Amino acid sequence: MNAPNEGALIDAKKRYSAGVLKYKQMGYWQPDYEPKDTDVICLFRITPQDGVDAEEAAAAVAGESSTATWTVVWTDLLTACDSYRAKAYRVDRVPNTGPETGTPQQYFAYVAYDLILFEEGSIANLTASLIGNVFSFKPLKAARLEDIRIPVAYVKTFKGPPTGIVVERERLDKYGRPLLGATIKPKLGLSGRNYGRVVYEGLVGGLDFTKDDENINSQPFMHWRDRFLFGMEAVNRAQAATGEQKGHYFNVTAATMEDMYERADFARELGSCIVMIDLVVGWTAIQSMANWARRNDMILHMHRAGHGTYTRQKNHGVSFRVIAKWLRLAGVDHLHAGTAVGKLEGDPMTVQGYYHVCRDAYTHTDLQRGLFFDQDWADLRRVMPVASGGIHAGQMHQLLGLFGDDVVLQFGGGTIGHPAGIQAGATANRVALETMVKARNEGRDIASEGPQILAEAGRWCTPLAQALETWKDVTFDYASTDTPDFVPTATASA
Amino acid sequence: MRITQGTFSFLPDLTDAEIAAQIQYAIDQGWACSVEYTDDPHPRNTYWEMYGLPMFGLKDAAGVMLELNACRKAFPSHYIKINAFDSTRGIESIRLSFLVNRPAEEPGFGLVRQEAAGRNVRYTTTGYAAQRPAGKRY
Amino acid sequence: MAPDSTAPAPATDGVDLHALCADAGVFELLDGLDRELIGLAPVKARIRDIAALLAVDRARTTLGLETRPPSLHMCFTGNPGTGKTTVALKMAAILHKLGYVRKGHLVAVTRDDLVGQYIGHTAPKTREVLKKAMGGVLFIDEAYYLYRPENERDYGQEAIEILLQVMENQRDDLVVILAGYKDRMDTFFGSNPGMSSRIAHHIDFPDYTADELAAIANLMVADMHYRLAPDAQEVLRDYIVKRMARPNFANARSIRNALDRARLRQANRLFAGTGATVTRNALETITAADLLASRVFTESDADGDDRPRA
Repeated sequence: MNAPNEGALIDAKKRYSAGVLKYKQMGYWQPDYEPKDTDVICLFRITPQDGVDAEEAAAAVAGESSTATWTVVWTDLLTACDSYRAKAYRVDRVPNTGPETGTPQQYFAYVAYDLILFEEGSIANLTASLIGNVFSFKPLKAARLEDIRIPVAYVKTFKGPPTGIVVERERLDKYGRPLLGATIKPKLGLSGRNYGRVVYEGLVGGLDFTKDDENINSQPFMHWRDRFLFGMEAVNRAQAATGEQKGHYFNVTAATMEDMYERADFARELGSCIVMIDLVVGWTAIQSMANWARRNDMILHMHRAGHGTYTRQKNHGVSFRVIAKWLRLAGVDHLHAGTAVGKLEGDPMTVQGYYHVCRDAYTHTDLQRGLFFDQDWADLRRVMPVASGGIHAGQMHQLLGLFGDDVVLQFGGGTIGHPAGIQAGATANRVALETMVKARNEGRDIASEGPQILAEAGRWCTPLAQALETWKDVTFDYASTDTPDFVPTATASA
Repeated sequence: MRITQGTFSFLPDLTDAEIAAQIQYAIDQGWACSVEYTDDPHPRNTYWEMYGLPMFGLKDAAGVMLELNACRKAFPSHYIKINAFDSTRGIESIRLSFLVNRPAEEPGFGLVRQEAAGRNVRYTTTGYAAQRPAGKRY
Repeated sequence: MAPDSTAPAPATDGVDLHALCADAGVFELLDGLDRELIGLAPVKARIRDIAALLAVDRARTTLGLETRPPSLHMCFTGNPGTGKTTVALKMAAILHKLGYVRKGHLVAVTRDDLVGQYIGHTAPKTREVLKKAMGGVLFIDEAYYLYRPENERDYGQEAIEILLQVMENQRDDLVVILAGYKDRMDTFFGSNPGMSSRIAHHIDFPDYTADELAAIANLMVADMHYRLAPDAQEVLRDYIVKRMARPNFANARSIRNALDRARLRQANRLFAGTGATVTRNALETITAADLLASRVFTESDADGDDRPRA
């Protein structure tokens, strides 16, 4: 496909106006259209080039993400082309953008797609349409896919998470509290033997899981088989020492599918309950690994490595809530979804929106959390969100308050960096967690009493007292980039 | 050793008042509590003995405490836990599960290693106490 | 268990009893009892006595005075339809407000809910009911049916024993109210001294007078968002007197049933009427005719059971 009016025209206005007008005329702008229950609906945030009309820009987005090419083709007449056309049916100004704010005017464009446009059960096909060409389209300065409503009819063509929150808990026999994990640090350079030591110390100290980092695959300092063998020795030792089930996410990300299958099969053969992959392996590999995990009763952990390149900036890319929806369909069990209080990007309300996408049976429209559509998940299993990155025991009340029980809290530095050692770090986190859950269940107001509740537990648990002392002042209080457009007092929704 | 299964195993053993508070929380969420006991706390032993059925339709924790105390009287040195079930569609599973009784002495578990090809090891976790017959373990 | 919602911080000088009751909303409840329940003067007086006793006990506790935990199990005796269940509901609320039960709900059962059909069936059934009633009030209607001396292998005795145990050992967890006819209850206590000794409060519910029943009927009609036509009042009064004299008279319950039947007849009458539209007034009004169609009027002379008019 080509951009419209591709050619050597120098005058930008002339060059774009003719082609864009055509999209509207070609039927991609239908303000009276009422989306069907079976339509996929996308909400794009678009920033048109100067002089490009918003409705025309929206029509162009609809056209370029469905059937259009830059000119009229007679072969359209051989098809039921009316039904294949995506329809832009609504355009709203984005609050707090435009001339009065000194920024380019942005618009929310709603586009509906007929179900026939997408292959069943294929995220690769869905994304090739929705984000295939349109983001490079010249009449737009920038475009972002903000949210998507997936019709139940299409949801049912996906198998979803191989395990899901409920079955994961039943397999691990762990209920009533967030799970606790840690990423092994330093992430690069440890030998297999040293690596397994950190796994053992963390698990025996009270963690449920330890984890490979996203870029631990099979480098010269530690080949993957070594890591798996030493890691499983550590997991089994910790399990016998505590009487509690434990796990380590072995990262099976590799250059080819054959390598990934080989590594995953070995992890299963060793008795691991979980493997992990990175988002950078791509949609097809993710769905293949989801099938593998279903076949082998393994939990599939997803590290969202790389997402920040296209999710973080508000004006261009794909919102993480959309990525999360696609990943739930594709089928992952764990998904890094932000901490709100840690070191990585994430406005608290926006992050809560991602958690809804992972865990709801039915996600309700909630503009303050960036959720633009109702989404019926049609009983698809639920994804366990993972909060990881720059969090520590002293934030336990905030984490529990924000995210509730169904989450994996991962304290990497906050475990391994404990002054009294890794075991002490793990114990501090587990005691802080159980203390806070118990206090919440007893009806205490953990938001305000949290620090005091932790301090009380620190009186009988020295490792916790040490952790609180070490990290008491650590916060990452920077302004977020990806923030909601809607706040409770504003009347910006129209 | 101290088995750390259950939601609150890293805390000092809960008092009866603390247990009742957790049960009341579960009841207030609409969950049904049950009492289970075992003398084989292997991490993969899913089916502990049920001390009666889950208790549906209770308003107050005292009803569950009645059964818990009866269970403790019958099995004073077994592991006993309280489970809380949620019948909400899409969950239909346990939401809270914590130990409320454990033997004075916990011998713990050993690890049996069977060496296999390619440095592979097959692990088996065995409870020291479980090597005696049921009822004579603790 | 110590009540948490109502126990003020320990004081040394004194306690304002009225403030204590007002804070807990007890006066509101007692006034509501007066307002909503017609008649029953002796019952209301007894409830006020008990509330006062409990409030004083609560006050003594706050001052640190030695107080034997009051026994709260009760027995309500009286004929059917005299308001025993309604008053038990109010009692549960009062006990809750004063912190003597934690939840204040009422679980109403009869023998069938407690006693099983075969060996080993009764204990789980009784315990199940007790567990559901914990934190509130267990109301056992016609409690004397638990005891059937004519059958020596009756499982009722097992239920009684479990009840007694919990009534004695878990006074903080629930209050038991036994209810039924006075004479049969007396017999029951006669053969079950253990039960008798654990019941602290006996309240007898008198039958309603015809005037009281008429007032109750008018309350019920208003409650259903209907009203009686002026000429229907006289008929109602006549109906009550006739009905009281008939067998199986069950006080307020008979009145409720009679009004339900009158509503049916009103609906039939409106349906059979010729007019296409029915006025709001017609929809709301129960007429004399709706009452007069009752068997009490039509069959009174033919019915051999009917007693002489009052």
